Amino acid sequence: MTAAAPTQTSRRAAPLGFALALIALAALPLAHPPPFFESFLYLIFFWIALSTSWTILSGFTGYVSFGHGAFYGVGMYAMADLGPRLPLWLALPVAGALAAALGVVIGAIVFRVRRLRGELFALLTLALAIVLATVVLNTPIDGGPGVFLNGVVPPQIYKSPSSTIYLMGGVVAIGAMALAWHIQSAKLGRGLFAISDDEDVAEVLGVPTFGYKIAAIAISSAIAGVMGAVHALFISYVTVGETFSITTPLYVLLMAVLGGARHWAGPAIGAIFITALSYSFVGGDFALAARAAIGLTLVLATLFLPDGVVGLILKSWRSRHAAPAPEAAAPEAREAMPRPDPARFDWAAKPLVAARGVSLAFRGVQALDGVDLDIREGEILGLVGPNGSGKSTLINVLSGLYMPDAGEVRFGGHEIARASGHARARLGVARTFQIPRPFARVSVLDNVMVPAMFGAGGLDATAARARAMEALAFVGLDGRADALPATLNLHQRKFLELARALASDARLIMLDEVLAGLTPREIANAIDMVRRIHARGATILFVEHNMRAVLELTDRLIVLNQGRLIADGAPRAVMDDPAVIAAYLGAPDAAH
Amino acid sequence: MISATLLGQSVLSGLFSGCLYALLGLGLTLSWRYLRIINLAHFALIFLAAYIAYWMNSAYGFHPLLTCLAMIPAFFALGVAQQLLFIRFKVGEFASVIVTFGLTIIVESLIQWIWSADFVRMETHLARGSLEIGKLLAPWDELFMCAVAISVCVATWACLNFTWLGKALRASLDNPDIAASFGVPNRALALLVSGAAASFAAIGGVFVALLYTLTPSSIYSWFGVVLATVLLGGLGSPLGAIAAGLLIGVGEAMTMAVVAPSWAPIAPFTLLILILVLWPERI
Repeated sequence: MTAAAPTQTSRRAAPLGFALALIALAALPLAHPPPFFESFLYLIFFWIALSTSWTILSGFTGYVSFGHGAFYGVGMYAMADLGPRLPLWLALPVAGALAAALGVVIGAIVFRVRRLRGELFALLTLALAIVLATVVLNTPIDGGPGVFLNGVVPPQIYKSPSSTIYLMGGVVAIGAMALAWHIQSAKLGRGLFAISDDEDVAEVLGVPTFGYKIAAIAISSAIAGVMGAVHALFISYVTVGETFSITTPLYVLLMAVLGGARHWAGPAIGAIFITALSYSFVGGDFALAARAAIGLTLVLATLFLPDGVVGLILKSWRSRHAAPAPEAAAPEAREAMPRPDPARFDWAAKPLVAARGVSLAFRGVQALDGVDLDIREGEILGLVGPNGSGKSTLINVLSGLYMPDAGEVRFGGHEIARASGHARARLGVARTFQIPRPFARVSVLDNVMVPAMFGAGGLDATAARARAMEALAFVGLDGRADALPATLNLHQRKFLELARALASDARLIMLDEVLAGLTPREIANAIDMVRRIHARGATILFVEHNMRAVLELTDRLIVLNQGRLIADGAPRAVMDDPAVIAAYLGAPDAAH
Repeated sequence: MISATLLGQSVLSGLFSGCLYALLGLGLTLSWRYLRIINLAHFALIFLAAYIAYWMNSAYGFHPLLTCLAMIPAFFALGVAQQLLFIRFKVGEFASVIVTFGLTIIVESLIQWIWSADFVRMETHLARGSLEIGKLLAPWDELFMCAVAISVCVATWACLNFTWLGKALRASLDNPDIAASFGVPNRALALLVSGAAASFAAIGGVFVALLYTLTPSSIYSWFGVVLATVLLGGLGSPLGAIAAGLLIGVGEAMTMAVVAPSWAPIAPFTLLILILVLWPERI
């Protein structure tokens, strides 16, 4: 069981729990509790809502936001400004929508940047509060003295406005938790977790990373905005200094990290703990001590509890219920190996991939220089070349990790040279990475479910689970489905890469040096595996240094040298080509 | 329409703040680029140094520059200790934001506990009066701060670009394992960078104390503008930090003069956002 996949029990139990919590919440004022009790509970709800909204964005995607003070501030001032003019039922969603709009704008700016996205995001969200505070302070929205909310009268449920506000807070908090729970088990959550582990890999496996991040920030900031609007009613006097103070996003972050930022229930646990803690420390010197204690908790929690309280609980639960220690043996292929069919080799077959004039330079180094390339439907095409000849760059360009400077790539009739990685994955392009790049914090099964759901198959969770188990069985890893990738050896991790490519139901599978680093016995095993993947009906681009494997497997061979294609033909003939030999032995004019 | 003198004076004061931004950002940009640590605690160290300088001066009459000299090795040790902690716990880039934020709160609480939350002001100048350039006034204190900021940044730049140390650092950043096999002492380098960054915090802090009124919570008011300087200048680039600092400082000062002082905080972020929108690959 991993954070991304709640068990069947929790799938049924959680909605029931949320419903019961709502009923208990609604019934409480009937018991006439002392007034401070409602406001204490309200404060807990307030922090639950904010920290849960933070976790939907930052915990799930790994993009740390310091902007939740700003998002909730938008909600507060929206209520202060619109509350007297709009009915409450309209003012609340408008506040949420305004905060979401702000979040989407920030996301659209930062998520376009390729390098340092995470840092820039943290910085811009931090800056957001400062910018908003300046704007609010200098415009009629506030203008300086703060805004009283006398004009906004919430409807009186149970004959008291404070009960109403308490109820609203409770509904937002439980709603936020239910939403976080739902997202975590839904397709969106799987995509977000994949993004947090390895964004580039998520994209080429078919996760629309940009859109998903925008969705996450929109949902997250909307919740914060609505909660801010309710909070404006609670405090009834809104000031710039209080609203946009740095402590709000700080507390939000602390609660989520302490409770467990990668689980829907984590922030709530952290929020209850910290709110209760600071409530018992109110007043003078204690306030300062509490502040220092919070700083210390932040440090210690990050150092010793990287997965928070929930992570600790899940870990101990897992170790108590875990199966006996798994064997580290190499995966054994179990299905009978079909013989390759010699008739499949057809020079006249329609090309599945047609690349023309593909060029890409990095800071003056011409990595690809006008490459023309056809990959025919159903063949195994070998691609060899000396180190640095552009093989991996070519795969990166074909899979959408890099955009070429010039050239066209057609895939099955679609022009894809400038399409996003996830769009290509949906069309049926899959790849493996030379150095395996599994999603480190989810199970082997969840790793393979990502391409099954987001790839060419586009399956729902149930079908994807079956498909992923089938792919794992195919590569002999089904016994390790619940393990974390870190517990696999190199051979197994390479096969996990293969399973991910298989589960995507791709038409084209690009294998980037699957044999590198394997022992001779493992190589034989892997060659066998490539054959069986091919026999299932995939076209394969096989990049490899191991010439014996290339000769054994491929129908046709192309050679890259210094970014140019220097040979194309039957493997034996190409290997004997003087230009190819010169390229490998380093003759000066080999490429020309 | 505002007068040329006022405009000139604004540009001048913008240049001064710009130098201070660069000085405060220097340690940050080095540890971010070479250690992959986003060290928010740098701001806490700056304020700790500022308060110590203020206290040594007001209570014992120490000259701030003397305090500064004494603090440099002490803060170097603090920086080394912090980096040892980060190495021991393998703190990554994101975790570093949270941990150093926590450290900042602890230091802020400590400062407030020792020196209270009241505003304090060091009643000392390095040199009284101002240099008069035509109708413009340049206070000696600020001129001296600019000289120190520029010399420290240029010296760091030279050290990074023209010495074995700089080469080793870049190699260590590019591939620590291969660098180690060529005899680059990665760990010692990391401790050196962290110690140097903390020493820069000590220098910066003394000038903050000289030029500004102090209160513990104003630690956070420096976050935005200095981080913007660091990102705009390019991570790990001392000269970039100066250029970005001057750009932001002048931008702020012009906003103050032309629009209104209260709008000034927006200037650096508007610049940053504009650059992100127009040249997303710049940073």
